[in-house]
Amino acid sequence: METSRLLRILVPTLVGIAFILLWEFFVRVNGIAEFVLPAPSRIALSLYENFDSLMASLWVTLSITLLAFFLAVVGGVGLAIVFSQSRLIEMAFFPYAVILQVTPVVAIAPLILIWVGFDRTHLALLILAWIVAFFPILSNTTLGLRSADHNLRDLFRLYGASRWQILTELQLPSALPYMLAGMKISGGLALIGSVVAEFVAGSGTSTGLAWRIIEAGNRLEIPKMFAALLLLSTLGIAIFFCLSWIEHYLLHRWHESALRREG
Amino acid sequence: MTTALIHFQNVSKTYDNGTLALSDVSTTIAQGSFVSLLGPSGCGKSTWLRIIAGLIAPSSGTLKWSTSHGARPDDIGFVFQEATLMPWASVLENVYLPLKLRGKALKEVKPKLMDALARVGLAEFANAFPRELSGGMKMRVSIARALVMRPPVLLMDEPFAALDEFTREKLDDDLLALWEAENWTVIFVTHSVYEAVYLSQRVLVMGARPGRILRDLSVEAPHPRHRAFRATPEYIAQCTEISDALRHDLEA
Repeated sequence: METSRLLRILVPTLVGIAFILLWEFFVRVNGIAEFVLPAPSRIALSLYENFDSLMASLWVTLSITLLAFFLAVVGGVGLAIVFSQSRLIEMAFFPYAVILQVTPVVAIAPLILIWVGFDRTHLALLILAWIVAFFPILSNTTLGLRSADHNLRDLFRLYGASRWQILTELQLPSALPYMLAGMKISGGLALIGSVVAEFVAGSGTSTGLAWRIIEAGNRLEIPKMFAALLLLSTLGIAIFFCLSWIEHYLLHRWHESALRREG
Repeated sequence: MTTALIHFQNVSKTYDNGTLALSDVSTTIAQGSFVSLLGPSGCGKSTWLRIIAGLIAPSSGTLKWSTSHGARPDDIGFVFQEATLMPWASVLENVYLPLKLRGKALKEVKPKLMDALARVGLAEFANAFPRELSGGMKMRVSIARALVMRPPVLLMDEPFAALDEFTREKLDDDLLALWEAENWTVIFVTHSVYEAVYLSQRVLVMGARPGRILRDLSVEAPHPRHRAFRATPEYIAQCTEISDALRHDLEA
């Protein structure tokens, strides 16, 4: 058990190190220009040189992403609860949630930017990231709330449970694994949403990582572009691991998905 | 004999899809008796049990309880074929459910819960989660949950059908011991002739399409019964009689 776990960390790490060394070697030997493909060492240097501005941008992107994600969880779970209480409301509104989801965010972005105003780009980014992150949580939680064991539901009725008790004691716990799966998807989508929206917004008051990439691209500062990209990936990975950890923490005692096989 | 607890008069149930699940059932269930509803699948025995529980309403006919308010007692125990436990809750919390839904604080009723668990022999598993238990143990938790309010009526819908034979016989004995110790009325749905005869004072043999009562037999052997009862000639004779009745109905 322990050795296989160690291997699972060790093997990808070694592959990563080997890849970086090869990259460095390849760039140096062939004398490839910095504005085509910078060596890893050059990217690290750029990260160091631009540390303050990149960190400030990282913070902007991170705060928009987290806030959008948080609001997506509140909105998605909230709306799913409303749907679970009334089939009619679900029938009336679910198709519109789908429309919001299937329309590419890049296509809505200019409109939202105009409505919100270019002096409030952060708000526009927040709305766009929210739109992208919202749907997986809504649809997963809706499904989860409906998939409570029907015998257990009968049992609750038999003991005279109120609607509120059925919701809090039965439906929400049953929906938790679905909700967390939706959150894992939405965490990544919130980041993608905030980055894509910033690309569309272009210049303005926004100063997130996406803007750093555009800016560096325009100035042909390719190492800085890579540095910003590196930070974005790291952020995405961090969000994913945080949510995976929360999922494991909440489910490991009871849910099949989180159980480790014995023997 | 004893007083009747439930009266059924011409109770029928037709489902929305037109299936006549239960046809014209008229009988009474005596207070404190152990009655089995026995029949092949599709004979409406589960439907009947659900009507008794108040989970579904009969399409026609009436069901009357001899309680002070003429309706189903508030406290009723129900055991499903599956253990039907909440996987996210510990054994103790699962048994606590009926009382929790009545607004009782855990601290106040904990001795009661521990007592219910002790009666099914699971006191030391109070903090375990359902997935950590075997099928038979989960079923015991389910029984403990049904018993925790000391309901006057216990309804069981093929509770041990999914278990292996050894576990099933052990739980049959445990159930008998619990019933003999308290003054419950037990209505027990099963498709096993042997289980029905072993447990019950009375067996209602049911036929399918439409679901109806074929025979109403009493099992005279006195309680408490023990394992040895399964080997007696009267037990075997009674089982044979019921099997023949069922076969006759299937071939008709």
